[in-house]
Amino acid sequence: MKLKLTMLAVLALGVIAAFLFLDLPHNWEYALDRRVKKVLAIALTGGAIAYATLIFQTMTNNRILTPNVIGLDSLYMLIQTFVIFFFGAVSLPSTNKMMNFGFTVGIMLLFVAVLYKLIFKREGRNLFFLLLVGLVMGTMFGSMTTFMQVLIDPNDFLVVQGKMFASFNNVNTDLLVLSVIILAVVALYAMRFSKYLDAMSLGKEHAVNLGIPYNFVVMNLLVIVAILIAVSTALVGPITFLGLLVVNVGYQFMKTYRHSILIPSTMLISVIALIGGQLIVERVFTFETTVSVIINFIGGAYFLYLLLRESKS
Amino acid sequence: MIEVQEVSKSYAGKPVVEKVSLKIRQGSVTSFIGPNGAGKSTLLAMISRLLQKDSGKVLIDGKDISDWKSTELAKKISILKQSNQINLRLTVRELVSFGRFPYSQGKLKKEDWEKVDEAIAYMDLTDLQHKYLDQLSGGQNQRAFIAMVIAQNTEYILLDEPLNNLDMKHSVQIMKVLRRLAEELGKTVIIVIHDINFASCYSDYIVALKDGKIVKEGPTEAIIDNKVLEHIYDMDIPIELVNGNRIGVYFK
Repeated sequence: MKLKLTMLAVLALGVIAAFLFLDLPHNWEYALDRRVKKVLAIALTGGAIAYATLIFQTMTNNRILTPNVIGLDSLYMLIQTFVIFFFGAVSLPSTNKMMNFGFTVGIMLLFVAVLYKLIFKREGRNLFFLLLVGLVMGTMFGSMTTFMQVLIDPNDFLVVQGKMFASFNNVNTDLLVLSVIILAVVALYAMRFSKYLDAMSLGKEHAVNLGIPYNFVVMNLLVIVAILIAVSTALVGPITFLGLLVVNVGYQFMKTYRHSILIPSTMLISVIALIGGQLIVERVFTFETTVSVIINFIGGAYFLYLLLRESKS
Repeated sequence: MIEVQEVSKSYAGKPVVEKVSLKIRQGSVTSFIGPNGAGKSTLLAMISRLLQKDSGKVLIDGKDISDWKSTELAKKISILKQSNQINLRLTVRELVSFGRFPYSQGKLKKEDWEKVDEAIAYMDLTDLQHKYLDQLSGGQNQRAFIAMVIAQNTEYILLDEPLNNLDMKHSVQIMKVLRRLAEELGKTVIIVIHDINFASCYSDYIVALKDGKIVKEGPTEAIIDNKVLEHIYDMDIPIELVNGNRIGVYFK
């Protein structure tokens, strides 16, 4: 187990090194500075998404769910499309990254807060009801987005399209600093709950029996997941499919239920997948595609492989 | 002591448990019996805080369960439901070690592992302890879950239909263990059970429920009685004395 974890760490460092130093041009300082920023953004989002997906699956006891079932991805697209629809592609809310980041994260968190208020206030407090409502809302956001997209100017649509896929090619430094701070605070807060995760994965009844303050922990974890997803989506764009992929690879690879091992390994796998994907984007496709296209392609292929293998045995 | 005071629960306006009051005797085996839908499992779930009650109180050692700290309560009372589907791939030993969570918060010390070993030995699982749960039969699985509850080492042990889907041999095995838990370790065991003959042979007290209310409670001999059972189950159940046990012959 330790060995596998070390292997992952070495591999991750290797990919990062390759990404940073592979044919550096003459004026290497500028290039390196850009690359370091990119790596940082990638590691940040990769880690955040892997962690969020893992704890989300633990909470719901379901290995095929990702946090985007509560509709955060679609909400992000709706906000971006809405801004361009009403203010235009060259307006301040669309082009000022700090401002865009701020209100995108704000609206996403507000949405999650409203969702909680509506559902947890009532008796029953069913997590799956919340997911269902989130799913319905997500679909609605998706339809509204499509509606606006077909009406806007084709040039504006290209801008929207650029935001549909995650991209690390132009990450804003100020945003990066801000994200690091937010995520660090959230990570520190999440530490409090990490001891509960193994027992939570036994299911609600066992968790309650073992003395876990279940509703309290679930509420807090959901908020943590929402913040992580909101920040990483606002930073680089929607990429939550990655979480589903890396968490399942993590389970397959580590073959354990212990979160003390699963958390670092899925985060490392996520970083490896993202930076590896970005390397392919830059070196093989010379920026003609985005990393989420690669991840979705490889991820989809991997799931087909899993399905085929399962049906054979 | 567990004391239940006027506890009620209804689903969508339909009462399932209505103003049930009950005292459970320390160090004994108490069985909840009654027809399907009598509210046995619901009552057990409310006593163990798995289910929110609509009204009433459950006192454990004189203190309301909502006033207990979750971790402290988990050292006092444990509950095992009838279906124990787990999405994880665990070995028997790993599962049993979860029983120590209230004491260790996930970081098991030497004493905790000793308790785990004891519990495994108590349930006769030593040979199987490194097997995965999905490689075991239903009876072995049930034993593993009971071992987890034993490792939790609580004064009160609540089990919801522990014999569900078990054959005669395994049923007897489990019931004997529960008996030993009460006699040797002084635990208070409360079970929901369908088979009145198992209830008759292994329990000290029986609580009979029907339509969400307690019809009658008392020592086993008082409940396993033709008149009483007829009232509970609406069928004639002749009682025969076999080797000193009161057996209901309800098959024909």
